[in-house]
Amino acid sequence: MNLVAQALLGGTVFALAGAVGAALTGPRVRAVVAGVSTSVCGAGGLLAGIALVDGQTYSATVPGLLPLGTAAVAGDALSGVFVALVGAVAVIAGIYSIGYTSPGSPLDHGPGSGAGSRTVQAVLPLFVTTMVWVPIAGNVTTFLVLWELMALTSLVLVLAEHRARPQVRTAAAWYASMTHAGFVAILLALVLFSSQVGGDSFAALRVGAAELPTTLRSLIFLLALVGFGSKAGIVPLHVWLPRAHPEAPSHVSALMSAAMVTLGLYGILRVGFDLLGGGQRWWWVLVLAAGAVSALYGVLQASVAVDLKRLLGYSTTENMGLIFMGVGAAGIFAADGDRPLATLLLAASVLHAINHTGFKTLLFLGAGSVLRSTGLRNLDSLGGLVSRMPITTALFGVGALAAAALPPGNGFVSEWLLLQGLIHSLPAAGSPSVLIAVAMPLAVGVVALTAGLGVATFVKAFGVGFLARPRSMAAGNAIESPVSMRAAMALAATGCAALAIVPAIVGPTLNRVAATFPTVCDGAPLQGGVTLQLTRIAGSMSPLLILCGLFAAALVIVVTLRIAGRGLPRRKALVWGCGGTRLDPRMEYTATSFAEPLTRVFDDVLAPEQDIDVTHHAESRYLIESVQYRQKVADRVEVALYPPLLGAATGWGRLAGRMQNGSVHRYLAFGLVGLIIVLVVVGVTS
Amino acid sequence: MTPGAMAGVLLQVVLLIAVAPYVVGVMRQVRARLEGRAGAGIGQPWRDLRKQLAKEAISPEGSSWVFTAAPVVLLASTLVIAAVGPFISTASPLDRVADLFAVVALLLLGTVALALAGLDTGTAFGGMGASREITVAALAEPTILLVGFALSARVDSSNLAAIVDRIQDNPAQVLSPASVLAAVALAVVVVAEAGRLPVDNPSTHLELTMIHEAMVLEYSGRDLATIELAAALRLTVLLGLWANLFLPWGVATSASPSALGIGAAVFVGKVAILAVALATAEVFMAKLRLFRVPELLAGSFLFGVLAVSSSFFLA
Repeated sequence: MNLVAQALLGGTVFALAGAVGAALTGPRVRAVVAGVSTSVCGAGGLLAGIALVDGQTYSATVPGLLPLGTAAVAGDALSGVFVALVGAVAVIAGIYSIGYTSPGSPLDHGPGSGAGSRTVQAVLPLFVTTMVWVPIAGNVTTFLVLWELMALTSLVLVLAEHRARPQVRTAAAWYASMTHAGFVAILLALVLFSSQVGGDSFAALRVGAAELPTTLRSLIFLLALVGFGSKAGIVPLHVWLPRAHPEAPSHVSALMSAAMVTLGLYGILRVGFDLLGGGQRWWWVLVLAAGAVSALYGVLQASVAVDLKRLLGYSTTENMGLIFMGVGAAGIFAADGDRPLATLLLAASVLHAINHTGFKTLLFLGAGSVLRSTGLRNLDSLGGLVSRMPITTALFGVGALAAAALPPGNGFVSEWLLLQGLIHSLPAAGSPSVLIAVAMPLAVGVVALTAGLGVATFVKAFGVGFLARPRSMAAGNAIESPVSMRAAMALAATGCAALAIVPAIVGPTLNRVAATFPTVCDGAPLQGGVTLQLTRIAGSMSPLLILCGLFAAALVIVVTLRIAGRGLPRRKALVWGCGGTRLDPRMEYTATSFAEPLTRVFDDVLAPEQDIDVTHHAESRYLIESVQYRQKVADRVEVALYPPLLGAATGWGRLAGRMQNGSVHRYLAFGLVGLIIVLVVVGVTS
Repeated sequence: MTPGAMAGVLLQVVLLIAVAPYVVGVMRQVRARLEGRAGAGIGQPWRDLRKQLAKEAISPEGSSWVFTAAPVVLLASTLVIAAVGPFISTASPLDRVADLFAVVALLLLGTVALALAGLDTGTAFGGMGASREITVAALAEPTILLVGFALSARVDSSNLAAIVDRIQDNPAQVLSPASVLAAVALAVVVVAEAGRLPVDNPSTHLELTMIHEAMVLEYSGRDLATIELAAALRLTVLLGLWANLFLPWGVATSASPSALGIGAAVFVGKVAILAVALATAEVFMAKLRLFRVPELLAGSFLFGVLAVSSSFFLA
């Protein structure tokens, strides 16, 4: 048994023990047991992932564990990255959950309900365990079973607060349907694949894929894209994401949005680049287009969202869109034979996935910290947390900086890398193909607009949510979160900072991942310690030196100001009230008003519903008693696409319902007719 | 890093700081003369800065460290750009630190710092300015990156010095369709980012039209001096970048004192000409309605796309 096996199995044993322990203990102990076992399981995953990336391999088969086939595991560097990511998030989420779910928080609605309930606490370590094992699955059966277990355990966790809020049930219903629709697509793809190849293990699929006809390979890829895309929250399959992520307890949101969603990317990489070995160019054009639409649509919705956790959910769609754009472009260039460029783009995508995991964990935990303290997710009622929850505010700020892709945040590094890949699409000699000449400028435009709107989104989230003065009583009475939550957020922020300042630490990891796709990638894309240097193309940037430059400049400025100011102290004074009275918090800009110009510019895409009710005074129509303004930005993709689908499904259900009236005779007749049909079919075909 | 190269970087930063307030002064003076006023002279911005630096800073009640830190972050991010950009020399040892995209992101970092400070004051004006500034910045971003794409596509590098060097070696490229289209697109964005007419009016304090001024309304004393200097420096940096990307002649290619001296003189001349031209154009222009600005920026985006396409097919 090597290190990988020891770490994974040890973590799993701990998680199972933790699940049993959480089910048997009282609420206070339960929170600690569940949190610690989740963290230990995560630490096992992290260790195993690092060992896998480092070059160790792990494969084993256990016949008879699963009823339909053998259970097989096989880990390589690609598995390692995702196992490590899941593990890292789990370590942080576990620590965080100790404080978040302990009794006595304003979110605690009595025994047996919410995030601290027996079921939820027992399922948390199990969810993490299944997620850790998914990327290590070595054959189709194992993968599908783990994938489904992951969906089921996360569904239980999403439902945690169903007694407190009825919306939780709707969200869970959406999540359950979407994730199972996706599961059906993945099931079809992989079963079709293995039946045609004649083997169940990934190794057999890899070998047999080359002999399959092109149409069949395309069909397999499309089904896999639908299935994994729905898990990754790609438009138009994203509808569950902005519903389920806000309604789940915040540490679960972090696990889902930062870790589980990333496994959708793992699926695409494993099936598309590894098992199918690259494939057709148009597959990847499709991936690029889906990514571009998701990135733009996600960030637009996030920029006008008012619910903090919904905003973060849409931001996940945005970031997965950017990642898919990179993967799509990598596939296109690989199909064209430009493998070094494909390698760079793939590395950029994986790096962005790593960075997204880091900052999204931090942001969801920060949002959870606010939620626990104030009970609020609505940005329009928040504000003033910078003096009441200074540590949460500062740490959320670190995450927001990264999510806005600004230097010196970690999101900037991977977006820079993605842009470098896209702008070097011009071949060294001659004109590029028309597809590349049209698609790449548009892709750069999409990435740029996404980056710009992402900045607007996170200025809104941080500036309106945390700064200025509180816009409600609840925000005004906020208190700082318990120490375990702060420690978890600080851990996530440290990870983000490390990735931001010395991105070179993940360089070898990215090179190893690229090496797992011999038919797609070629060479090591990244070099350099302090300065990030691309190997094939002339591009360099040094996040560390930029940060040092900023610090040095700031130091010089502060010292100069001190000297020039001759020691005059800073004075606090009232804000200028336009010559009138003191300013009321009601006069502050809110998230809705902040996003108003964007809502207006993108009116045609967002189609906001606005209502203005003016009530006049009884005596005179010229006097106004009150004005009410309501604005709702519905998800247009959802409104346009899903009601017809749901309507059709309901129609079929009604039709089927008409066939049954409860009479035993009718069911006996159905049975008889069915039997006759089967006999006829068997008789004719054999 | 040799001492000569270090001296070059230091010279560039000091020169930019010294020149920046004069650029604003020249623009105001040109405007005043064209409008038939005497004007305060081109040294007035420096005199204002000296006066403000000696005054105390006032923070509004209820504001936080964000309000205090924003001017420093704004100026620091601009100083980093001033240090790494190829303004007087392409032989800068810091060129590898930040390429075109990193410079754009640093500009955006300054904008964000100021927008957060505007929100932090808790006034309607602050929020309004922040909201408008961020909207304009978000919509200008695609154009900037597409121009970067067009410029770096044939050079095969997005490092600023490489782009400037390449055009110096092939002067005919300045008149190539890609370069001309990119120049037009970037000019619109420079105007938008620097907060000049017709996107924003730097001398207005009318609530309906303010963008930049609304955000900084609560600043005073040395904080205000920092912001004014940073705003002037950003304008100078943007004009200088535009000048050197599209008209790169005279930029020093080595770190020798004579080359640096010529580079500095040429840089000052180029920025002065551009400043006079911009100020003259502004006199004949009215500010656009805020909701017409996106149309202007969409137009510049189109120019950017055309620039990239022509760099693919016509170069």
